[in-house]
Order: sequence, then C-alpha cells, then structure tokens
Amino acid sequence: MISEVLDKRKQRMERLKKIRSRTKVHCQISCPECKTEIHKAELRRIGEICPGCGYYYPMTPVERIRFLEDEKTFREMWKDLVSFDPLSFEGYGEKLKQLQEKTKHKDAVVCGIMKMEEIPVAVAVMDSRFMMGSMGTVVGEKICLLTEYAKRKKYPLLIFSASGGARMQEGLFSLMQMAKTAAAIEQFQKAGGFYLSVLTHPTTGGVSASFAALGDIVLAEPGALIGFAGPRVIEQTIGETLPEGFQRAEFLEEHGMVDKVVKREEMKSIITTLLKIHRKE
Amino acid sequence: MTAYEKVLMARRKERPGIKEYIELLFDDFIELKGDQLGKEDGSILGGIAYFHSIPVTVIGHRKGKTTEENIACNFGMSSPEGYRKALRLMKQAEKFNRPIITFVDTPGAYPGVEAESNGQSIAIATAIAKMSALKTPIISIITGEGSSGGALAIAVADRVWMMENSIYTILSPEGFASILWKDAKMASRAAQMMKITAHDLKDMGLIDEILPEGKRAMTVLEERLDQELTLLMKIKPRTLVQKRYEKYRYIEGDYRPYKE
Repeated sequence: MISEVLDKRKQRMERLKKIRSRTKVHCQISCPECKTEIHKAELRRIGEICPGCGYYYPMTPVERIRFLEDEKTFREMWKDLVSFDPLSFEGYGEKLKQLQEKTKHKDAVVCGIMKMEEIPVAVAVMDSRFMMGSMGTVVGEKICLLTEYAKRKKYPLLIFSASGGARMQEGLFSLMQMAKTAAAIEQFQKAGGFYLSVLTHPTTGGVSASFAALGDIVLAEPGALIGFAGPRVIEQTIGETLPEGFQRAEFLEEHGMVDKVVKREEMKSIITTLLKIHRKE
Repeated sequence: MTAYEKVLMARRKERPGIKEYIELLFDDFIELKGDQLGKEDGSILGGIAYFHSIPVTVIGHRKGKTTEENIACNFGMSSPEGYRKALRLMKQAEKFNRPIITFVDTPGAYPGVEAESNGQSIAIATAIAKMSALKTPIISIITGEGSSGGALAIAVADRVWMMENSIYTILSPEGFASILWKDAKMASRAAQMMKITAHDLKDMGLIDEILPEGKRAMTVLEERLDQELTLLMKIKPRTLVQKRYEKYRYIEGDYRPYKE
C-alpha cells in the first residue's frame, strides 16, 4: 500500500521534472552574439538587451509598446485593415495569411494611442518580422490615419520605423505610399504638431525616404542599419566592399543625418523628456 | 508589345530627353544650377522659361546622349544635391507663382557611398513632402524610366502623365527579379507581374493620362499643357494643395485596404 503511494508520487515527481525542464529550455533564450543565456521574462523586463554583450534583440511592436507605455494605457487602432492585394500578385495573398497567423497582426505596423507619464501619444511601431516591415497600402494607410488623428487631437506623434522599404508585391501602389505618408506628415507639422521619429534596425528604402526621415527630431538605436539603398546594391554599383560601420546609426550621427543615437536603456526617459518639452497646454 | 519590351523602349537612347522637350515646348529657357549647399548635380536639369506666354519652372532628369554626357549626368541617377536643387527651384517657383513642369526619366536615385553619407533618404523625403504642399500648380510627365523614389522626388503633382511607351515603377524589373527569384534574367516575367506600363497604371488609376508618342507627340503635349495649366492656374492655391493632398491620400481608389 505504502509502496504504491510512493511509486505514484515518484512518477508524479518525474513528470513534473520533465515539464519543468522543458519549460526551462523553452523560456531560456541564448544571445546570437555572445551566447549568454537569459530567461525570456527577464529579457522583456530589461528591454530586450543582452546582459552579456549589450546586443539588442529585435522587439515586436507589442514588446516595444509595453516597454514605453504607462501601464495598460495602450489602445490599438485600425488593427483590422488588410491589403486588397491590388496587383493580384502570385503567392502574395497566401504569404499574408501565413504571417498574419504567425505574428497575430494583419500587416507590418501597429498603431494606436498610449500614455507616457500621463501624456497621450499617437504611436506607431513597425514590425520587421512581417515581410521585412515593408510598406504597402496598409502600412501607408495606417500611418496616414494615425497622423491625421494626431493632428485632429493635437497629440504628439511617435513612430518607430523598422523596414526594408516599399513592398514590392504591391508595385507602384507602394511607391505612392511614400507620397501619401510624407504629405500627411507635412500637414501635421504645418499645423504645429510634434513628430518624433525613431529609426530602429533596419530602416531603409521607401520608408527611410519618406515619413521616417521627416521627424522634427530623429533618434536612432545604436547599430541600426539606416539608408536609402541597401549595402548590397551599393557594393554591386561601385564594385567595392563598404567601410565598416557604413550606414549604421553612429555613421549617420557623425554625418549629421540623425539628431541623436539613443541607447535602448535610455530611450524611454529621452522620449518622455522630449514629449514634456513639446507639450502644449 | 510585352511589358519588358516597353521597358527596353523606355530606356532607348533615341528617345527625346529633357533637352529636346525644353527646346520644342518652351522659349527663353535659362538654366539655374546648384543646391546652394556646396554642389551642382548634373543629373537634374532645372531652370525657368516661357510656356507660350506663361513663365514656368522646368525641372527634369538628364541622362545625356553620348558616353561623355552620360558620365557627366551620372546616367540620370541623382544624388541628394540634385533633389535639393530641384526643391530649391520649386520653392522659388512657389514664391513667384510660377507653375512647375517636371520631366521624369531616371533609373533611380544613385546608390553610392557619398550619396548615402550626404543624406539621400532625407533629400528625397523632404522633396516629396514639400512638393505635396507647394502652393503652385505642378504637372509631371514620365517620359522614359520613372524608377523608385528617385522618380517620385520630382513627381508629386496635380497631374501625372505618362508617354505611352514609358514605365513607372517601384524598382527596375531586373532588381525586382533578383530580389524575388535571385535571378536578374527573370526581368521579363517580373515586368509583366509588376504592372508598370502606362496602360496598366492608367487602368489602376495611379496616373491621370497617357500621351501619344511619334510625330504628334510634341503637338499633343503642348496642347494638353496649355489646357491644363490654364485650368490649374485658376484654382486658388489653398484648394490646389487640398486637392493634391486628397489625390495622394486616396490614390488607391477601389484598391484601398479594407477592414477584414
């Protein structure tokens, strides 16, 4: 009798051990640069920065917003917008479906409103996991809707860019999003609005050459690749390998093309200060 | 004609370039150079002239015809200095209420080390943003290759027209094919899928009008410019800007994103 109970207990303990070890493996993540292991929850708490070498893990829009907002103040807007697939481009519809399932978002940007130290902010965060954060009609439309909303409400506008450029699968419709978003930002700024643009890894092509470049203040995360043409295209054109650090955030700062490179650790406090300085009563 | 044949047509050296258009359509053209920030970029030609009796500002990409000219104009691939010059001339036009006419023909913005270091992205973004709100009429004509942000940087306009054998595209079909299939030789298939011909783009509502080529080309273009400039110059600047904003804001027409 006793041995039976002990046996069952032993079995239970072993099952539990198994589950625990599995969970541990699942929640533990190792840095691609220095292999330092860290628990996912801990990583989230410290802003997706490797404690070993300072490597920046890519942040999903939700992680980015959680890291910045006053607790539970973010409200997502226009989240159900999907692309019309204007060119009926081969394979594009399926690809969108797959990514929508994987990321739980409909396209490459999350928009909404949140508060930072009580200040309401219209915020957009691009998602580099979603077709390289490329800008098609949905990204363009949502950025415009957000910008127009911020203009009406007289809220500051904060956009985190991460994008490989315009979305090829939507052809010229994507190119037109550059004009559309830039025009919206222009109207917002002319009306006195404050637009803070933060460039994260990578910000290139049509996004870097439209709304992302137009911030009243432009910040960048350390090491982020930022440029119009991609490094591979440039190398092919000039037939030389590029100097180290070329098109990185620090390089742009040195050449006077971004206002400030800001470490992720300091991002929240700098943004908050800038929002306070530009607050209108 | 297949889409790729159109691409090749659009790139032909024998096509009229900015110089021919200026010579045949305008009088008393005076070229104005430089970005006033340290450089002159030959890949964009700009200046003032008379169209019939109306003073206008003319800006366009210049590719050059001979090898020597090609090199001097960097094959029509502009650097930030070129876009800054274009914008400077456009602001000048706005000040003096001169309509702006732009001629677009570029393989794209120049992908070079110096261009990047000098802020290619910012120059293009600024040109696009400011053009969207200029208080003077703008007509853009895609005459050959209208490729990428380098084309758009001088093509945010009240009227966008395409010559019938020109193309307007997000990137070259070769570039498209090498990204999508890692094979630039698939350009012909890419051109077909990308919908970059004047007829495709007109059907989708992304451009306003297709202009004929051949013998009648200049006569028709002159006539249409005359009609549209007369029309646009009657519109109040504020209304003009508002309409231009709405044109791009809702450019997708029936292809707009929708709520799922």
